[in-house]
Amino acid sequence: MTKRAQIGVLTAPGSNRDGEAARAITMAGADAHIVAFDGSLDRFDGVVLPGGFSYGDALGAGMRWALEVGGAVRAVAVSGRPVLGICNGFQVLVRSGLLPGGTVSPGGTVSPGGTEARAVTLTANDHGRFVCRWVTLAVEPDNRAGLDRLLPGRLACPVAHGEGRLAVRDAATMARLEAGGHVLFRYVEGTNPNGSVGDIAGLCDTSGLVWGLMPHPEDHLTGTQNPFPHRPGREGLALFEAFVSRARAN
Amino acid sequence: MVALRIEVRGRAVEDGSAAAAVTSPDADAAAAARFVAPPLGVELRRVYLLDGDPGPAVLAELCATVLADVVVEQAEVLSEPPDDPHRVEVGFLPGVTDTEARQLEAVIKALGGGDIATATLRAYRLAGATPDELAHLARTRWANPTIERWAVGTLPAPFAAPPAEHATVDNVALDGLDDEGLVQLSRQRLLSLDLTEMRAIAAFYRDLGRAPTDAELETLAQTWSEHCNHKTFRARIDLTVRDEQGAIVSTETVDGLLNSYLRAATDTVAKPFVRSAFVDNAGIVAFDDRWDLAIKVETHNHPSALEPFGGANTGVGGVVRDVIGVSARPIACLDVLCFAPLDTPEADVPDGVLAPARVAQGVIAGIGDYGNKLGLPTVAGAVVYHPGYLGNPLVYCGAVGLLPHGAHRTGPQPGDLVVVLGGRTGRDGIHGATFSSAELVTESTDLSGSAVQIGDPITEKATMELVCDARDAGLYRALTDCGAGGLSSAVGELGASTGVRVDLAVVPRKYPGLAPWEVWLSEAQERMVLAVPAEHLDALVLLGDRWACEVTVIGAFTEDHRLRVDHGDTAVVDLPMDFLHDGCPRRHLEATWQPPALEPVTGSVPSLSVSEALLALLAQPTVASKADLVGTYDHEVRGGTLVRPWCGPRAEGPSDGVVLVPLECWEGSRAAFSLGLGINPRYGRLDPYRMALAAVDEAFRNVVAAGADPDQVSLLDNFCWGNPTLADRLGSLVRATQGCHDAAVAYGAPFVSGKDSLYNEFDGVPIPATLLITALGIVPDRDRTAQAYARGDAGDLYLLGTTAAELGGSMYYELIGRRDGAVPGLPPGEALAVHRVLHRAIGAGLVAGAHDCSEGGLAVALGEFALAGDVGLEVDLPRNALAAPELLFSESCGRFVVQVRAGAAAAFEALTANVACQRIGSPLASPHLRIAVDGEVMVELSLAEVRVAFCGQEVAT
Repeated sequence: MTKRAQIGVLTAPGSNRDGEAARAITMAGADAHIVAFDGSLDRFDGVVLPGGFSYGDALGAGMRWALEVGGAVRAVAVSGRPVLGICNGFQVLVRSGLLPGGTVSPGGTVSPGGTEARAVTLTANDHGRFVCRWVTLAVEPDNRAGLDRLLPGRLACPVAHGEGRLAVRDAATMARLEAGGHVLFRYVEGTNPNGSVGDIAGLCDTSGLVWGLMPHPEDHLTGTQNPFPHRPGREGLALFEAFVSRARAN
Repeated sequence: MVALRIEVRGRAVEDGSAAAAVTSPDADAAAAARFVAPPLGVELRRVYLLDGDPGPAVLAELCATVLADVVVEQAEVLSEPPDDPHRVEVGFLPGVTDTEARQLEAVIKALGGGDIATATLRAYRLAGATPDELAHLARTRWANPTIERWAVGTLPAPFAAPPAEHATVDNVALDGLDDEGLVQLSRQRLLSLDLTEMRAIAAFYRDLGRAPTDAELETLAQTWSEHCNHKTFRARIDLTVRDEQGAIVSTETVDGLLNSYLRAATDTVAKPFVRSAFVDNAGIVAFDDRWDLAIKVETHNHPSALEPFGGANTGVGGVVRDVIGVSARPIACLDVLCFAPLDTPEADVPDGVLAPARVAQGVIAGIGDYGNKLGLPTVAGAVVYHPGYLGNPLVYCGAVGLLPHGAHRTGPQPGDLVVVLGGRTGRDGIHGATFSSAELVTESTDLSGSAVQIGDPITEKATMELVCDARDAGLYRALTDCGAGGLSSAVGELGASTGVRVDLAVVPRKYPGLAPWEVWLSEAQERMVLAVPAEHLDALVLLGDRWACEVTVIGAFTEDHRLRVDHGDTAVVDLPMDFLHDGCPRRHLEATWQPPALEPVTGSVPSLSVSEALLALLAQPTVASKADLVGTYDHEVRGGTLVRPWCGPRAEGPSDGVVLVPLECWEGSRAAFSLGLGINPRYGRLDPYRMALAAVDEAFRNVVAAGADPDQVSLLDNFCWGNPTLADRLGSLVRATQGCHDAAVAYGAPFVSGKDSLYNEFDGVPIPATLLITALGIVPDRDRTAQAYARGDAGDLYLLGTTAAELGGSMYYELIGRRDGAVPGLPPGEALAVHRVLHRAIGAGLVAGAHDCSEGGLAVALGEFALAGDVGLEVDLPRNALAAPELLFSESCGRFVVQVRAGAAAAFEALTANVACQRIGSPLASPHLRIAVDGEVMVELSLAEVRVAFCGQEVAT
C-alpha cells in the first residue's frame, strides 16, 4: 500500500477556510495537517494556504502573512513539492512574488519564484465591495500545471472576497501570463465577479508547482453542496485530487 | 520630532481595466461607494504616521512592498505634513483601536526598524472644493465624530505622551440627597436607575454606614440595568384592555412576562430536545446523537444609531461571544435590520440623527466585516423599511454554535482562578448596558461617545479557537463573555453562587490612564472570563501561545459570597452577592392596550390594477431583492450552506429558511438544521397579539418549507419596544408576549432564548413595536430539502393552507393607503396539520419546490417563485367568496405554494386529502406569470417585468 501524502494546511491568525481545505485534502486521499507556521515546512509533501483574513488583512490582503511565510513556501516549491493558495492564500502567493513568478534558466530548467518587481496583483474588486456568489470556472488549455489534462473543463464553486481583482502592470505582463501558460482558470463569460483582467481567476508559476485561485473549490466537494440541479456536482474535488497526486509523485 | 508620514495613492494601470482606486483599509469606506455615492472626483489616500524614523532600508521596504500595492498604487515619504487645502483628513479619536497601526508596528519591528508608534489616517482630496464644502462632506459622509477626529487640511500626529496611571477611587455621597437629588444623580452618571432603585441603594449604604464607591454604584447600575436584569420582563404588571372607544374590556395582573408567557410556553410543550432554555447566555437544543446547537439573537440598536459600522460590527461580535459563552463553536450568523426608507429627504432627518442611507451603509458593512473575517457564514436575514425607525434603527444580530452534547460547564469552585482571555481593556464602550436602557435624544451623540465599541474579529477568532480547545481538554469549570457591563457583569455573574475577588491592576490595558472603575466597566470587545482550576493554568497558557491570545489571571473564586474588587492595595468594590443580584426592587407597572380607532378611508384610494399592484409590491423595498446586500456577506464559508439565502438557477429568488450542515457533522448523521425569521412590525399598531402569532407562524413556516421537521422546531423571541414605563407601550408589549405564548403552544415549539430591547424612542416618539421571532428547525435528512423556485420540468402547483380576508397591516393596504382591517391570525384547525403534511411530502421526495406566502401574499409568492426558477406559471384560483385583492394579497398565515415533482400529483393529493390544499396551476412554456380568478385573468406579466420590479433596473437585462 502506498503511503498517503502528508499535506500541511497552513494557518495564520484570521485564516478561516482551513477546515474545508483539510476536508478536501482528506477526501482526495491524503492526510491533512492544520498547522500554524513554526519555521519549517520540510515535513510536508505539499502545502495549502487556505482562505481567510490573515492578520485581518490589515496592511492589504495577505501582506503580513506573505512577509511571514513567503520564504518557506518558496522553499517548498524549489524542492519540487506543490503549493496551492486559495483566496487569501492566493493573495499571499502573489504578494510574495511566487505567482506568477518563476524563471527559466538558459538550460531550460525552471525554478519557482522570481525576484523582479511585482507586475501582477490582486486588488479591490471593481465594484468596491466584498462579493460572495457562485461562479463557473473554465480550465485554461495548455497551462504549465497541466490541469487541463486532470480536470473536467468546467468547475462551479463560490467566490467570497473583497480584494480579488487580478490586475497587471502593463500589456506586456498580460501577454507574458497568457503566452507563458500561467493562466489556470478563467471566469466563464458573464460570471467575472470582480473585474479581473482577462477574466483570470487563477494562476500558476513557471515550474507548474505553485497554483493559486480566488474561488473556493473546497466548498464544492459533494453533490449536496451543489446549488444547480442540472450540473454534475462535486466539481471542486478534482482540483484537490490533482494536487494530491502531484504531491504523491515525490 | 515631527512624525514621518507615508502617503499611498492610486496610479493608473495599463491593462485596460478600470482606473485604479486606492483600496480603503476599512470595509465601511468601500461600502460607501455603493450605498452613498461619493461625489465625483474624490481621491482617497491612505496615510501612515510614524513616530520615529525606522531608517531608509525599512522605509523603502514599506513603500515598495508593505504599504503600497505597487502594481496599482504608489507611496511617498514626507517629512512634514503637506500644505494641501483641498483635503480632509480623518483619523481615530484617542483610545479607539487602530488595528492597522498595530499590525504596522509589528512589521516595522520585524523588519529591524525598532519600536515605533504608528497611526493611520484617511485623506479625502477634492480639487476645487472650498473649506466649507469640504467640512460639510466630512461631517455628512466621511467622518463620524463618535469615533473619529477630522480636519480640513492635515491632522496633527496623535503621539502624545501617555497619561499617568491613576488608581483613584471616588466615593459618591448619597446621604444628603433627597428624591430629586437621587434621580438627578442617576441621570448625571448615566445610571438609568429609577427612584425606587436609587432609594434601595441609598438605604443599603445607610445601613452599611458608608458611601458607595464610584465603581460600586456603576456595578449596581450595570447589574440592575434593563439590559442585564430584564426588569420589565420580570415586573408585576396590571394590564387593562380597552376597546376602540376606550371602554374597559378586561383587566388582569401579569406575574412577570418572562415566567407567565415565555417560560410557561416552553414548560407546556415540554420538548425533550431542549437542553437549556433561558438560563445560559444562549439557548441549547439537540442536533443529533452527539452534537447540540446553541443559538442566540441580540440587538445592538443604540450603538448602531450612533456609529453604524462599529455598532453593527460589535453587535455580531457580542452575540458570537454569547454562543462561545456556552462552550459552543460559532458556525453561522444571522441579521435583521430595520431602517427608515433610504430615500428619506435630508431635510426630514433631525439633528443628532444620521441619514438612513448612511446608517444602512455602515451597518451592512459592519455586519459583513465581522462575520466574513470570523469565517462565519451570514446566512439568514431581513431588512424592513419604515419611517418609524428614522431616529432609532434596529439591528438584530444572531449566532448559531455547535457543541458536543453535555460539553458546557457552569460550576466554578472556590479556589478556581479568574482568567481573562482575548482582547485588552480600553476606554471603549463604557456605559453600554445603561445607555441601551435609556432613550435616544438629540444629544445622545455627545453624551454617549464612549458607549460605542470597536470590533477586532481576528482577536475574537483566536479567542474562539482557544475556548474550543480548552473545552475539549476540560480546562475550565465555567465561562462567560464580557458583554454589556464588561468585567463587572461577567465576574459578578460567574461568582454569584460562590464569591469572587479580582485585582484590576493586572488586567491588560490597551493604554495607560484608565481609572479603576473604567477598567471594571469597560465594554472593550473580544474578552471572555473563565473559571480555571489552578492545575490547568499551564495548559491554558500553552493554548494562548498556540492561538496568539492573551491569557491573564486576575483573581480567584472565594467562599464568602461577596464581590470584592481591588486595584493593587486599594479597595474598589466590596458588595454582598445577594444585594447585587437580588436587591433590585421588583417593578410594578401599569399597562393599557387600546386598539386604534378605525380610520375611515379618506381621499381617493389609488386605482391600481391587480398587475400594477403586484409590480409595486415586488418593488417595495421591504419585499424587493436584497441580493446585492446579501452578496456582501460570505454565506458559503464552512462549506455547509445547502439552502442558500438566494435560490434558483440565477440565485434570484428569496429563500424561506436556509439549511446548513455543520462542517463537523458530515459523517455519522444525515441531519442538517434550518433557520427562519418572522417579523412584521406593520401589524403591531393594529393588533400586537396577532402580530406575535403571525411572526411565530412566519418563522415556523420558513423552516418547514425548507425541510425542517415541524415537531423539532425551537423559537427565540426578540422584542424591540418603546419606553415600558409608559402604559400604552407596555400594553402592546404584554399583548405581543401573550401572542408568543399562544402561538408557541399551538405549534408545540418551545422558546429557548430571548432578549428584549426597550426604550427604543427618539425624542419621545417610540419605534413601531417590533417583534422578531427566530426559528431553528432540525432537518432530518440533508438531501431532503425544498427550495423556493419553480421548475419547468416539474409538475403542478398547489396552495396549501387557507386564505382569509386578512389585509390589515398588509403590504397591499400600505400601498393603497388603508390603515384598517383584520391582521392575520393563526390558521383555522390544528395549526400543525398543514406543516406536518408538507414535511411528509418533502421527506417522500414529492416536492419540486415550496415557497411560503408572506409579505404581499399569494401573488408576491407566485411572482418570486416564477422569477426564482426563471419559469412561467399559469394559475387559476377559485374565488371562495373573497374579493380578488383578498385572494391575492391577504397575508393569511400557514400557507405555502408547492410545486410537485413530475408524476407525483396523485401521491401528493392523497397525502394532503385531510388539510386545506388545492391545485392552482402549472408551469408555462412561455416566460409569463398569468394569474386568473375563476377563469378571469387578473395578472398577465412577462418574467422580465417581474424581474425589473423585484431586482431593479440594473440587473434586468
